[in-house]
Amino acid sequence: MKTESVLEKVFASGELAVTSECGPPRGAVPEKIIEKAKMLKGYVDAVNVTDNQTAMVRMSSFAACVFIKQLGMSPILQMVTRDRNRLAMQADILGAYSHGIDNILCLSGDHPHFGDHPMAANVHDIDSVQFVQMIRDMRDKGKFQGGDDILNPPKMFIGAAANPFADPFELRVARLAKKIKAGTDFIQTQCIYNLDKFEKWMEGVRDRGLHEKVNIMAGITPMKTVGMAKYMKNRVPGMDVPDEIIKRMAGVPKEKQPEEGIKISVEAIERLKTVEGVKGFHIMAIEWEEKVPEIAEKAGLLPRPKIDL
Amino acid sequence: MENFEPTIVAFCCHYCAYTAADMAGSKRLCYPPNVKIIKVPCSGKVDAIHIMKALEKGADGVYVAGCLEGDCHFKSGNIEASKRVTYIKKLLDEIGIGGERVEMILMSAGMGERFAQTAADMTEKIRKLGPNPVKFSPKADNAA
Amino acid sequence: MITAERKPMEELIECLRPYNRILLVGCNECVTVCAAGGRKEVGILSSALQMAFMKEGKTLEVKEMTLERQCDPEYVEELVTHIDQAEAVMSMACGCGVQEIARRFKTKPVFPAVNTTFMGASERQGVWAERCQGCGECVLGLTGGVCPIARCSKRLLNGPCGGSTNGKCEVDPDMDCAWQLIWDRLKALGIEDRYEDNIAAKDWRTGRGGGPRKIIREDLVK
Repeated sequence: MKTESVLEKVFASGELAVTSECGPPRGAVPEKIIEKAKMLKGYVDAVNVTDNQTAMVRMSSFAACVFIKQLGMSPILQMVTRDRNRLAMQADILGAYSHGIDNILCLSGDHPHFGDHPMAANVHDIDSVQFVQMIRDMRDKGKFQGGDDILNPPKMFIGAAANPFADPFELRVARLAKKIKAGTDFIQTQCIYNLDKFEKWMEGVRDRGLHEKVNIMAGITPMKTVGMAKYMKNRVPGMDVPDEIIKRMAGVPKEKQPEEGIKISVEAIERLKTVEGVKGFHIMAIEWEEKVPEIAEKAGLLPRPKIDL
Repeated sequence: MENFEPTIVAFCCHYCAYTAADMAGSKRLCYPPNVKIIKVPCSGKVDAIHIMKALEKGADGVYVAGCLEGDCHFKSGNIEASKRVTYIKKLLDEIGIGGERVEMILMSAGMGERFAQTAADMTEKIRKLGPNPVKFSPKADNAA
Repeated sequence: MITAERKPMEELIECLRPYNRILLVGCNECVTVCAAGGRKEVGILSSALQMAFMKEGKTLEVKEMTLERQCDPEYVEELVTHIDQAEAVMSMACGCGVQEIARRFKTKPVFPAVNTTFMGASERQGVWAERCQGCGECVLGLTGGVCPIARCSKRLLNGPCGGSTNGKCEVDPDMDCAWQLIWDRLKALGIEDRYEDNIAAKDWRTGRGGGPRKIIREDLVK
């Protein structure tokens, strides 16, 4: 075992891992993040906390993770390279680890163009692949990126994202290989609606034996309305929503759409369970966290293994 | 201003617009004497600076007259001229002189009536707009 | 070339308001190529400024000059014969030229007429696109001749990110995804396997990160 992380232990046990996600509030309101996390307690192994998602300022992921840790849950610190240089990142990692946070997800981050501060400078001192490598070296070599020794190196369980649906498709397996080479321990994919395309990607992943080198978690986001389905299809870059999904959502009356959305997600999970190499599920119910327990239950993912923290 | 007689400079291409002017002449069609014609080999020869200088020197309006689309003797001089006129109109708006004082007009060699009508229309339009504001300057060069 | 675009007229008229006689200086190099500050543009701006002043019942005398370059002191020296007659100088060159004039003529106000934008190349007539950000440590040999620092919106050295769509960047559907271009080039060159070589974190000291830079050629210094 590389770390003390609960998530690492669940993967090691051979059970499917389950994680979910919380977005921190757009203000100094800790109650909001605590409330969301409480809905997930006991139904997931660990919880991602997003970092200024869609380039909109929110309470820092680090601070929100501390609140979640205080609830006795296991947070996953999401960090983007857009907003911090390598000094700030390493400092935050030391700080987070000192608070008992030992999972991190390394991302580039959405461009400020999409957010509430399009005028801000894009940092990108390092990219997500170099970020993974930096944390791996902090953990395994006990050294800062600049080369000096670290007192009590942070033992972080390192995650990264994969998007089988972004272009160019032919590169997406190679990009996973790059991240694995850099030291990724677990992967969370973009939310999956096009199961055929995902399975094709997994084929490519398995052909190279990559599924044994990293723990891949399939991303699932339940649709609430047909409007949401259409928005995600047309307006979100790197998202693949097949027409059948839109048809299914449109085919039921408005009050029944949330139920249909959850049904689609549960069906997806059941099918993905059969895909070799899928080691868990990352359920992202954006502003709909209360449905995660239901989805986990209907998809036969409960109870979660009891691992001592 | 009462009795304001605008001065209009018309850059006319040899192959179409100037020939149309000749046609107007031979058909005895009247057009306002306010329009001063400058013959150019092609409307594409007219550069931004020529239009600017005309206005700077006190012309109240300027138009560039070239061949109809697809008919330019030099292939696309009229298209280049149109683009330049659009650019200058924006610049003139920016400095408060007004892009409406400049136009790009297309006609064929046989269109004597169109030439005369255009001259009359432009004169009236500029008369309504009033004199070129550069004339407010004490040192304005009023060479017409 | 270094590209630039003329500042809005309102801004230029405003900063010249206190003056009656100016020297308007163009440059025969980069800003001529991108049609922002060469001899032609000097003529047009001069006319526009004069008309703007005349419109308000005032006058502006403009002495027009276009130097070969404004980034070499030898050429800037040519302004000596006319500088005293001018109350201020407006330069249509890139920021480098404006600063050289300011350095040489310490007591003369100097104003930029253009916003200097980027180092780029002509894609076709009338269209210039950013190509280089002067990072000081060129990686073009590794990326098939396409720069990820200048042309990737997130300057990823191990891209693309998950937002690349149909060969375009998530920021703008008209903006090419640099990593799609790099991948296409690696394929065309038959070196796709290079893609998985992870490029290490950049040392930004060779770029702007280390402070304003200087090159000194000992063999050329007098």
